[in-house]
Amino acid sequence: MTAAPATTAPSTTTASGASPITVRSWKAPIGFAIFTAIAILLFFVVGRPDLEGGNPTTTYRLSEARDAIQLPPLTLGLAETTIVVVLLMAAATVGTVLLSRASVRVPLWLTTVFAVLFLVGFLTWAAAGATVPMIGLLAGALTVSTPLIFGSLGGVISERVGVVNIAIEAQLLGGAFMAAMLGSLTGSPYVGLLGAMVAGALVSVVLAAFAIKYFVDQVIVGVVLNVLVLGLTSFLYSTVMVPNAETFNSPVKFERIAIPLLSEIPVLGPILFRQTVIVYLMYIAIFLVWFGLFKTRWGLRLRAVGEHPTAADTVGINVRATRFWNVLLAGAIVGGGGAFFTLAAVGSFGKDMTNGAGFIALAAVIFGRWDPIRATLAALLFGFATNLQSTLSIVGSPVPSEFMLMLPYVVTIVAVAGFVGLSRPPAASGKPYMKA
Amino acid sequence: MKLELRGITKRFGALVANDHIDLAVEPGEIHCLLGENGAGKSTLMNVLYGLYQADEGQILLDDAVQSFSGPGDAMSAGIGMVHQHFMLIPVFTVAENVMLGNESTKPGGLLDLEEARSKVEEISARFGFDIDPDARIEDLPVGVQQRVEIIKALSRNANVLVFDEPTAVLTPQETDELMAIMRQLRDEGTSIVFITHKLREVREVADRITVIRLGKVVGEAAPTATNAELASLMVGRAVDLTVDKGPAAPGDDALVVRDLTVTDLRGQVLVDGVSFSLRRGEILAIAGVQGNGQTELTEAIMGLQHRVHGSISLDGEELIGRSTRGVLDAGVGFVPEDRKEDGLIAEMTIAENLMLDRSTSEPFVKRGTLQLADLARFAEEKVREFDVRAQGIATRVGRLSGGNQQKVVLARELSRDLRLFIAAQPTRGLDVGSIEFVHKRIVETRDSGVPVIVVSTELDEVVALADRIAVMYRGRIVGIVPGDTPRATLGLMMAGETPAEVAA
Repeated sequence: MTAAPATTAPSTTTASGASPITVRSWKAPIGFAIFTAIAILLFFVVGRPDLEGGNPTTTYRLSEARDAIQLPPLTLGLAETTIVVVLLMAAATVGTVLLSRASVRVPLWLTTVFAVLFLVGFLTWAAAGATVPMIGLLAGALTVSTPLIFGSLGGVISERVGVVNIAIEAQLLGGAFMAAMLGSLTGSPYVGLLGAMVAGALVSVVLAAFAIKYFVDQVIVGVVLNVLVLGLTSFLYSTVMVPNAETFNSPVKFERIAIPLLSEIPVLGPILFRQTVIVYLMYIAIFLVWFGLFKTRWGLRLRAVGEHPTAADTVGINVRATRFWNVLLAGAIVGGGGAFFTLAAVGSFGKDMTNGAGFIALAAVIFGRWDPIRATLAALLFGFATNLQSTLSIVGSPVPSEFMLMLPYVVTIVAVAGFVGLSRPPAASGKPYMKA
Repeated sequence: MKLELRGITKRFGALVANDHIDLAVEPGEIHCLLGENGAGKSTLMNVLYGLYQADEGQILLDDAVQSFSGPGDAMSAGIGMVHQHFMLIPVFTVAENVMLGNESTKPGGLLDLEEARSKVEEISARFGFDIDPDARIEDLPVGVQQRVEIIKALSRNANVLVFDEPTAVLTPQETDELMAIMRQLRDEGTSIVFITHKLREVREVADRITVIRLGKVVGEAAPTATNAELASLMVGRAVDLTVDKGPAAPGDDALVVRDLTVTDLRGQVLVDGVSFSLRRGEILAIAGVQGNGQTELTEAIMGLQHRVHGSISLDGEELIGRSTRGVLDAGVGFVPEDRKEDGLIAEMTIAENLMLDRSTSEPFVKRGTLQLADLARFAEEKVREFDVRAQGIATRVGRLSGGNQQKVVLARELSRDLRLFIAAQPTRGLDVGSIEFVHKRIVETRDSGVPVIVVSTELDEVVALADRIAVMYRGRIVGIVPGDTPRATLGLMMAGETPAEVAA
């Protein structure tokens, strides 16, 4: 049956003491118990039979050679660490059972602490007998996350204005291609970056035209665009770039710029402030999108159009134009993120080099509940999972590499399915606005 | 400001929604636009508000011809509108809604929320509203949401204010308060257009009345005109406004509901410990403002709600836990409140819609095959019996008028052997002729010995049909009273109060 229209009175009274009905969700205790069981299985049943001799240790390196302030490395013994971690995890699990029985929501900080505990235990177990470069691990995570964050910022803007953007992948790939092409031709990474933004916006023009003007299903247009851009860039790559790699596919990369003072902060400095211009632009973009969406006239109108286009129309806001220009803006932001692949990370274009990043960005939009800050955090989580996998395969972990490759996607599914649950997207997202 | 419409014509394909309509509204006057559903009132106002472009005709404000290409133009010319379906963003605050489209900003593009708040407070104070500018719209009762709509229009300095069916969602008390606000606005010099199909309200508040029928102005009337005069102008023939209904001859208890509680996904209680019983040959009307649990109550009986506790027994059989199929097989007929969404499949024919709830067994399905000849015979018979005006039984239901659609739903539900009949909002959006027909069939069903539940938000309908009235408020039944209970008492109960004479 249909839900009551939005204009009716709230027909509900909250479950009060007088009411016999209480709501209990067992999702959290079950999830906690499963992860505790996995931890026990990995740490004690499987263990590290490959390592010989008493109690192996794991070393965490917290500084790099060039840092001005050197922190001593942290060494954790496998046995002590895993026992403490499992005990704490079990305690947290019991805590969630008690909370759920009392019909109290499990607080987010508890889930976060639990996840960090599991992570510490897992890292110590997987890297036992080796050294984990923490700076490299986290800086690498930021590198992997950067295009995801650009992608999710574009996704947030687009969905908030009412257009579902499945084409993030296409915008990233188009941006990466154009950045490589123009960056090579002109020798300027800045021109490449601008070109990438134009490429992303061009993909958006197609999406916007079909979705807003011709009312074509937005998901279908998005999927088609992904396939189209993949085909187009692959074709141009093999016919134009490969034979003339010198001219067309060797862009000048952005230099890393260390920000004075900030880059000397222990641990954080090398991770956050020895980066390329694109990453610094990303910090600014995250702030501007958040500020713009929630504090300015632009954001108020944008959100109104995505929530209730008819209401926006009746106060004189041009719904279609608002949607069109903001979808274009979203495309430009995502396209700029695509430039990161070719102008900062790799240094040349490769076929399908985004490799599904756009879809992970889309998941980050939903996991982040259409909020730029939360979506950024979600993208960072996925980036961390990806980089953890490659770091562990370098230090040599006992987990088969095929399983490790699944890690980011498992994290995505668990995060979106487990922790988001019922979240509320912008009410008119995906719905074309038709006037009589 | 004086508003004048001259020769406004608006066509949708072959349909002429407005046919050369003339209307003049003087400053400081409440001008009622009276007409049935579908007469063209809302179309006319959407033309005035720039949402539609008129095919012919002119809009004049203080004798100057206007041309509106969108609502923005109409607003800046001084026209404000309180829409039937509120044009508010549910997740925004009051202040954000009021400023939307008309925002003042501080340097750096920062929204000036302070200014919007003080504007809300200033207008609230003028009319004695008690509105928190930082409350979210979705947390506010409808009556308050409507006041936000009024504030929104006034904050843009509207001199002409259009109220489009504003009382549909209000309790009788809230309606009275709205009338007082309208009078106050009029006395301050605002021109008011009040669109409605409710005669009582017209006579109470109007200074002048213009009646529209089938897209044309059919006459003007003074507020002193009688209900019968206004109704016959509106419908085009003499109308009997009362339902012809003999005294009830109730039998034994048929339906017994005990401690029924319904919760939603998030655990909010929608129906809260409701108990009542219903006898054969009796109409129980469930009254209340939209959204107080009536919908969920009927859905719980039909097996359409999943988080249900308590007991619903029909002739001694428990219905909770049964599938909807099982409930139908127990002999329950159901007219859902949204016939287009839940009652019919618009793309299917009249005949197909008539067999929707008998798609699994005989007479229309034998060995997995549709018995088309039997179905056609049945459909022809029902179309005649229920006076469904259509080209034939193969006409798609979506092409029928609301009244004829509802007759198809009634024909389907009443053609089974019923032990209980539930009609939710059975006449919503229907013309007077269809309303008479539907009411007659409901009374006939009662007289044949079937227990009947009528859910309605229209007090007129409740009073006309009910043998007993149960009033719901916030998921609870406030009280069950006799059918002849005074309206004022019912109105208080709809606002959640228990008047002394009921409590006693």
